[in-house]
Amino acid sequence: MSEKRVIFRGTALPLLLLAPQLAVTAVFFLYPAAQAVRQSMFRSDAFGFGERFVGFDNFSALLNSARYWDSVGVTAVFAASVAIITLVVSLALAAAVDRLIRGSSVYSTLLIWPYAVAPAVAGILWWFLFNPSIGILAYVLRTFGIRWDQFVNGDHALILVIIAASWAQISYNFIFFLAGLQSIPRSIMEAAAIDGAGPVKRFFTITLPLLSPTVFFLSVINVVYAFFDTFAIIDTTTAGGPGRDTTTLVYSAYSDGFLGQNFGSSAAQSVLLTAVVMVLTIVQFRFVERRVHY
Amino acid sequence: MVEKRPLVTIATHVVLVLGVILVLLPVWVAFVASTHTSFRLNTGLAPLWPGTAMLDNYALIFSEGARRNGLPPVGPMMFNSLVMALGITFGKIVISILSAFAIVYFRFRFRMAAFWVIFITLMLPVEVRIVPTFQVVAGFGLLNSYTGLILPLIASATATFLYRQIFLQIPDELLEAARIDGAGPLKFLWDIVVPLTRTSTAALFVILFVYGWNQYLWPLLVTTQPDFYTIVRGIKGIATAADSEPVWNLVMAVAMLAMLPPIAVVIFMQKLFVRGLTETEK
Repeated sequence: MSEKRVIFRGTALPLLLLAPQLAVTAVFFLYPAAQAVRQSMFRSDAFGFGERFVGFDNFSALLNSARYWDSVGVTAVFAASVAIITLVVSLALAAAVDRLIRGSSVYSTLLIWPYAVAPAVAGILWWFLFNPSIGILAYVLRTFGIRWDQFVNGDHALILVIIAASWAQISYNFIFFLAGLQSIPRSIMEAAAIDGAGPVKRFFTITLPLLSPTVFFLSVINVVYAFFDTFAIIDTTTAGGPGRDTTTLVYSAYSDGFLGQNFGSSAAQSVLLTAVVMVLTIVQFRFVERRVHY
Repeated sequence: MVEKRPLVTIATHVVLVLGVILVLLPVWVAFVASTHTSFRLNTGLAPLWPGTAMLDNYALIFSEGARRNGLPPVGPMMFNSLVMALGITFGKIVISILSAFAIVYFRFRFRMAAFWVIFITLMLPVEVRIVPTFQVVAGFGLLNSYTGLILPLIASATATFLYRQIFLQIPDELLEAARIDGAGPLKFLWDIVVPLTRTSTAALFVILFVYGWNQYLWPLLVTTQPDFYTIVRGIKGIATAADSEPVWNLVMAVAMLAMLPPIAVVIFMQKLFVRGLTETEK
């Protein structure tokens, strides 16, 4: 942590300045987190009266339940698909915009704004497009002989939420890729062009390696996004169904806790999820620190 | 690029036009749907060209709302969204500036402890601690209140770190000069530090406004009275209804209105926002 050479003296004032931030953090972050850990070791009875300490039973129950592993599987497929689709599409768009000199700012504006669309809204838009009876995309698919039905077909429902989640995340990735591409010195590209390397070759031998830190950063961001921020997409469209075919880990923690009133299990799921985010955040920070020092 | 490759340029434009279509399609279809009568929408395929019922649809969701489908009028909902978004934005900015200033410009006991406490919040997205956070807010009697909507989402490690980064880049000479002139910490903060961070604060404003406006899960939990629904949360009621009773034209009108303010902010402040985003995350 770097430091200032010149500082103010005193203890009371800085503590006072920190007080609001620390108070909010303690009351709404640390205390609930501690409660989550505590609840994860208790089991409350069905009527919500008593609770009893069960140690790690909630965790072992989860790890032994096929239902939980189904959610792990759904989340893995969902997060990997969203991360990959988003990376590929947004990199292609950013590379195309970066190549243009004229017209590129119009294209950027047209590609950036979906950042502002709420995931809940994005979910509903795609739900409508794929609606089996009136949706345009469902109609197009029917002309190809695919009987699209997100209401009963689990694969269709999962594909739908993957598409909606990727769509909502493309502009964010696009912004970072474009910033990354524009920081690559033109002279390198021109030198390569003079040496006879075509655009495709330049992309794979120069651009992509130089962009690899951004690719890595965005991969982590996209996975965290797919884990957590897509809750709204799933809740407004499939609500985890049909069956549990679109129930991701976060959705499962929510539905078990709030709809199922199974607080112990929900808390245990939250604790496991927090562990995952912590690992991802640490990985990301180590990497960001390394990047700062070049 | 110095070289001319017409084929690659054409391919570039093709990729971009396809990308723009992909990005625009859902919103265009939503807009079109919001301009038709529900009868037209539910007889066969959804149209691709605007209809004539636009004014009727929007007037209806503003005046009566879709009450039969569990949706209050959108005007008050948009107001609630605005209060929530601005509350989160200003709250985060203020507490982050203050705490970053304390961490950068003072040496005191527990400084590192405070730093780590803030740091940890990075790893606890609201989705992970929903049940206990909900219980805390309910315990304070803050369900169905603006405070309950805003306060739990206000702590932000990212904003604090951004300000810390910016403060560290402010030359030490400024503080020396201010001290020679007899300025205390608060005067220095208000007269020198705050004005110097103006552009970053504006960029952060855009990002936080969008974040606050688009919140879904939290308003879903803490608001049970329609009076406190935000518009993004309000959509759920009517969208769920739309599968049984077809009011897609109204659903899409609400969706359009829910999108409009954050999109406007992002487009008008595009340059600042892009800079802010790439800086905040690094």
